[in-house]
Amino acid sequence: MKQAHRVVGTPARRADGVAKVTGAARYAVDLSVPGMAYAAVVRSTRAHAKITGIDRTAAAASPGVIRVLIGDDLLAAGLTPYYGHVVLDHPVLAIERVRFHGEPVAVVVAETKREAAEAAELVDVSYEDLPAVIDADEALKPDAPVLHERRGERVGDEGMDEGEKGLVGNVCAIARVGWGNIDEALARAHLVVEGEYRYPMLYGYAMEPYNALAFFDQGDLVVFSTAQHVYMVRRDLARMFHLPLARVRVSAPYVGGGYGTKSYTKVEGMTAAAAFFTGRAVKLDLSVEEAMLTTRSASAHIRARSAFTKDGMLLARDFQIVMNNGAYTDNTPLVNSKTANRCFGPYRIPALRVIARSVFTNTVPSSSLRGFGAPQGNIAGELQMDEAAAKLGLDPVELRLRNLVGPGEEFMPGKRPLDADLKDDLRCLASALEWPGTRIGRSIGLGVSASDAGAYPTSTAAVRIHSDTSVTLFTGSTELGQGSRTVLAQIVAEELGVPLESVGVVNGDTGVVTYERTTGASRTTTITGRAVQEACRDARRRVRELAVQAFDLPTSEIEDTAGGIRARGRGFSYGEVIEKWFGAGGEVLGHGAVRRAEGFAKMPPFYEIGCTGLELSVDRETGQVHVTKLTTVGDVGFAINPALVHGQDAGAAMMGLGAALHEELIYEGGQLVNPNVVDYRVPRFSDIPDEMVHLLAERLDGSGPFGAKGAGEGAGNTVGSATASAIGRLLGIFPRELPATPERVWRLIREAERVRTRKTE
Amino acid sequence: MGSREIHLRVNGGERRVVIEDQTLLIELVRSLGLVGTKLSCDSQVCGACTVLLDGRPVSSCTTLAIEADDKPVVTIEGLADGAKLHPLQEAFIERFAFQCGYCTPGMIVSAKALLDAYPEPDVATVRHWMDGNICRCTGYQTIVEAVLDAAEQMRGAP
Ligand code: FES
Ligand code: FES
Repeated sequence: MKQAHRVVGTPARRADGVAKVTGAARYAVDLSVPGMAYAAVVRSTRAHAKITGIDRTAAAASPGVIRVLIGDDLLAAGLTPYYGHVVLDHPVLAIERVRFHGEPVAVVVAETKREAAEAAELVDVSYEDLPAVIDADEALKPDAPVLHERRGERVGDEGMDEGEKGLVGNVCAIARVGWGNIDEALARAHLVVEGEYRYPMLYGYAMEPYNALAFFDQGDLVVFSTAQHVYMVRRDLARMFHLPLARVRVSAPYVGGGYGTKSYTKVEGMTAAAAFFTGRAVKLDLSVEEAMLTTRSASAHIRARSAFTKDGMLLARDFQIVMNNGAYTDNTPLVNSKTANRCFGPYRIPALRVIARSVFTNTVPSSSLRGFGAPQGNIAGELQMDEAAAKLGLDPVELRLRNLVGPGEEFMPGKRPLDADLKDDLRCLASALEWPGTRIGRSIGLGVSASDAGAYPTSTAAVRIHSDTSVTLFTGSTELGQGSRTVLAQIVAEELGVPLESVGVVNGDTGVVTYERTTGASRTTTITGRAVQEACRDARRRVRELAVQAFDLPTSEIEDTAGGIRARGRGFSYGEVIEKWFGAGGEVLGHGAVRRAEGFAKMPPFYEIGCTGLELSVDRETGQVHVTKLTTVGDVGFAINPALVHGQDAGAAMMGLGAALHEELIYEGGQLVNPNVVDYRVPRFSDIPDEMVHLLAERLDGSGPFGAKGAGEGAGNTVGSATASAIGRLLGIFPRELPATPERVWRLIREAERVRTRKTE
Repeated sequence: MGSREIHLRVNGGERRVVIEDQTLLIELVRSLGLVGTKLSCDSQVCGACTVLLDGRPVSSCTTLAIEADDKPVVTIEGLADGAKLHPLQEAFIERFAFQCGYCTPGMIVSAKALLDAYPEPDVATVRHWMDGNICRCTGYQTIVEAVLDAAEQMRGAP
């Protein structure tokens, strides 16, 4: 039963609505300060090469140029010229060597943007080519060129991988998960499904390309940028300039799309270095082409085996995953371990063996992207459930129901037990899709996933109650469009019993707001939300303390009310208590902190559920796939703002559909051949499924406020496998490589025809 | 490099400005402080930079500013009537038809051109017309709903 709430659980309008529809919302790209200079980046034209010389004379003499900066300048000035939140291996500007085509080699600072861009053309870099390796499997071979003979210093993170153990050659990260006796289980299986699966390299295409504005103010570094995790960037910059954390301010105003692609440092280091060496405020705006050379997601090549009994009960699963993580470490150890944790699914598996390896190659470095390893692993894990069902003559929904873990059941030893009812979610999904489907020429595919989400649960928040009883919330969570400002304000309004309109939110600025570890892994509502709740409770406690003194009341006689307290039969608003205590003006400050303890002691802080399916048809002449229906089940515990949850589910599912059908970064030789949104095709209006249905499952089983848990990634995680499964059920052969482009589907159709003719012969 | 003076008519205001020949329309409007118009793909595929030029939607990232000489230009900042939002803007808020909001100015301006041309669009018309505007956040469905709502609202209005 849901409790009665006033503000949470309602589709309150977005706090940023008017600003965003009138063009008034300011993004980092819109900011300027007087006297600001502009930067342009000189990029490597080689995939792997030694830098033998950089001639900056012509560029330096070009009109308007203030300075041409190279990696050696950072070294000479005693700065730390590398960044990376796990391994310090990413040079701000290439030093001695370039490791991918498009790597920043120099930065030109000039009075105008055009002057900077023109001078950048004049920087003459000479190279001595080194053998390059683009494919991850190739990079694992003993004779492959090695990208990092000396590893960067490990500066930590959550220790979710095996650390530096076994990292030889080009192996950037290894993760292993497993239990039971695989060989024995395989030997007694009735059926073993075996296959190789491929998930593409993707570009998140957040529509605002990476940009930053940096300057030094009395020795303090100030950076406005597109950063998703402002506090993570602060740490990188503090290390780079040897500054205390307190003297680095990183602020992200509205951010034009994140989806994980703006996690961690991107252009902030280069821009800050330009400001450092010129003494000017410097603005660096990347183009989309350059953004595509900045970060992508890791592709995966998965060899998988799943063993079943005659009745479709899983006996064992065995995954060998190789991911292509590009030239530098970035977030790879985490993505890699998440892929390992997320590939096998929330099933009861007696014996499991997963080995995931991420491998350095001479390609654009990879980092986080919505789903974070889950879509990659899912294509193998979920598709094998469908392939097994087909072979065993079982219904794929029934097969999943037989194997899924129930609520409260542990499926990864030592980890949080499942905080969701996946069987019920799946039944809901199947019925909404009218499973198994009877329409001629159409086919349904569906899947489930449970992601260990939330990242490390460190979060703080502060609320200030003002003397008119209005409230300001301070949070380090950034507003990427997910609606955090709205949801967190709803939580404040509910907790303190004040109108939503009287809650202001200040966010995403390390110089102003409280610490927040990251804004990602679908954690804001759940983890930041809990910190916000604690801050509200702290503020209420302080108001009661003030009331005791101001009105000379015994503590026992004070009760909390909506927007104030009650004592001796009389109500006082927060403002009345504050003004009475101070005599004039004043405010109350509440602080809330969440750490890995109590409700969040067990990792992960919560599971993010994916439960999405779709119905599609295939044009047998062209191989074109048409999605007729897409359905998501948002198992979010409690939807604090149902409209925002739908938005997350729709957006994630649609992004998943892009990867399932169209999107793929393609390398030829050492070069990305489609670094633009003409050739890299993202979903458009014409790709909207004919029908979209977003369902909510609210069982108050989340670890967040009011029983909520995160959304934002889950709905997309199973779209790839569901698409492949639907196509497979229609054609009789399952695609094992995404995206299922018309060409690939057309080939499958021909192959299916050949198989049929062979059978009839 | 040539420069010239043009007669600029943006969002109802008029002024003369001197611009360089190669100045793009997006550079010009943003230099006037009208930074609601956004740059993304820079190659006429995403629609984030859409403005109305002489009533027609154009990608300001690939339109030269001199083409705007003496022609009315409408940007996202020109849609509301003071504090009163345009029905499209109301509908976008009501339908949660944006998240990050980066595509939204171009999206709303394109939708305005659509409703000017087809006051009674059906779903297919909206999807077809808006195909030149990319949104990476919403999955589009709420935008279609918002545009249809606004159309109805505008027809109903006296
Ligand atoms: S920025 Fe002009 S169309 Fe994309
Ligand atoms: S709202 Fe973010 S791109 Fe459309």
